[in-house]
Amino acid sequence: MKFDKLLVLAAILGVWQMTSLLVGVEVLTPPLGTFAKIGRLFADPDFGGHVWETTRAFALALVLSLAIGLLVGLALGADRLAAEVGEPMLTAFYAIPKVTLYPVILLFFGLGFAAKVAFGALHGIIPVALFTMAGVRNVKPGWLRAARAMRLTKLQIARSVLLPAALPELVAGLRVGTALTLLGTLIGEMFASQRGLGYLLLQAMERNDPATITALALLLTIFATSASALLLALERRLDHARVVA
Amino acid sequence: MNDAHAKLRGVKRIYRGVGKQPPTHALGPVDLDLKRGEFLSVVGPSGCGKSTLLDVLAGLARPDEGTIEFEGKLVQGEVPDGIGVVFQEDSSFPWLTVRENAGFALARAGMAPAEIKERVDATLSFMGLASFAESYPVQLSGGMRQRLCIARTLVTRPRLLLLDEPFGALDQQTRLLMGDELLRLWRETGATVLLITHALDEAAMLSDRVAVMSARPGVILDLVETDWPRDRDSRIVSEPSFGAVTARLWSTLRGESMKSMATQ
Ligand SMILES: Nc1ncnc2c1ncn2[C@@H]1O[C@H](COP(=O)(O)OP(=O)(O)O)[C@@H](O)[C@H]1O
Ligand SMILES: [Mg+2]
Repeated sequence: MKFDKLLVLAAILGVWQMTSLLVGVEVLTPPLGTFAKIGRLFADPDFGGHVWETTRAFALALVLSLAIGLLVGLALGADRLAAEVGEPMLTAFYAIPKVTLYPVILLFFGLGFAAKVAFGALHGIIPVALFTMAGVRNVKPGWLRAARAMRLTKLQIARSVLLPAALPELVAGLRVGTALTLLGTLIGEMFASQRGLGYLLLQAMERNDPATITALALLLTIFATSASALLLALERRLDHARVVA
Repeated sequence: MNDAHAKLRGVKRIYRGVGKQPPTHALGPVDLDLKRGEFLSVVGPSGCGKSTLLDVLAGLARPDEGTIEFEGKLVQGEVPDGIGVVFQEDSSFPWLTVRENAGFALARAGMAPAEIKERVDATLSFMGLASFAESYPVQLSGGMRQRLCIARTLVTRPRLLLLDEPFGALDQQTRLLMGDELLRLWRETGATVLLITHALDEAAMLSDRVAVMSARPGVILDLVETDWPRDRDSRIVSEPSFGAVTARLWSTLRGESMKSMATQ
């Protein structure tokens, strides 16, 4: 198991090294050069400020995505009629390339912190809402009837039946929502900001500075994959009870 | 004085239609007394209001007319202490083990873990599920899952046990054996049992009395006493009087089933 993962890691590094030799180190910085660049980035006194800016924007956008997505999903999931109307609308909206909405966001929030938070949340809300809806609809009416027949209070039903029944979907929504909120926040930073990792990335692109681009991409990938892997592991554990053969 | 365990008087249930649908008069008026400790079955064509009857009797739904009393107190939109329900569909919780499922109600009621364990162990072995205590419901067969639902209700030691076609999904042999288990359970717990079923032979074999319901809106057309001894079992099907009981049930039910088929 552990050996497998090391093997995958070694393969990725190998392919990376080969590719950069093939296309030229001035186009794709090789692994070692990238690690060195990451070291230099962290040594730069300004870099911490950019990381902090992105972290703050991402965290706030994530909280908004989860709160609004959960509320919308619960409201739509609890009522069959609302779900029938709401779900196709959400799915359609989900399919719109969000970048086309960017001017509208800028109009509302102006340039800066608020705009990137809004853009991040815009990406995250819908998947969280869709997964929450699916979770609520997973609750069999028979479970609720059984709970009432066992004289549970409303609060006990919410805690001991609704929550565990919907939990795997809620965590899946959290996972997908986290990934997309990060994406949205970074895109927001690239277009409407003077601070943050997205801004650094755009600047590096304009300067044609592949070392910085590769270094930032690697940092973001590591963050996104570990968050996703963590939530996926949690999801699998929660689902265990339903899929054990 | 009437010492009925549960008493239904003029009970009616009408489902309001969604949107432009007309309302459905599903049940009643029904008058019925459940005697303390008896085994009473309710048979009727499908869609005649049997599950609806169970819902209002259990307090899961309010009747639109009439009253229900359990142990001398009115039942009003809430399941009273002392009533246990086993539903038609499998309602075991898939995220809990068999043991956790069985102890669910007791844990929510705040019982001490040691006492829960004792009761759950006893009930699981009574229902033949002891060796599956740590399994999850998906790992059980349909019959075992239904036994788990019965166990989950039994641990609360209900004085009135309501069962809604609990063996509906099982094959005939398993049904007969489950019937024997149900009789044993009824004798050993001393509970009053109301069993809803669409199977005539099941009703005739298990019950002290059988109520025959009409096509929708379900009313009680006939109440048949069987006079079986208390320590009966499924072998009673070979008694000559068993044929007489099923014949009487069928003579009432035949016309109703035809009406019910014509409207579906
Ligand atoms: N929630 C409901 N809303 C509207 N009609 C219902 C509802 N539940 C049951 N019915 C109708 O009431 C009648 C009786 O249903 P039910 O009590 O489930 O019958 P049974 O259990 O005897 O098969 C059926 O015609 C059914 O379609
Ligand atoms: Mg039914």
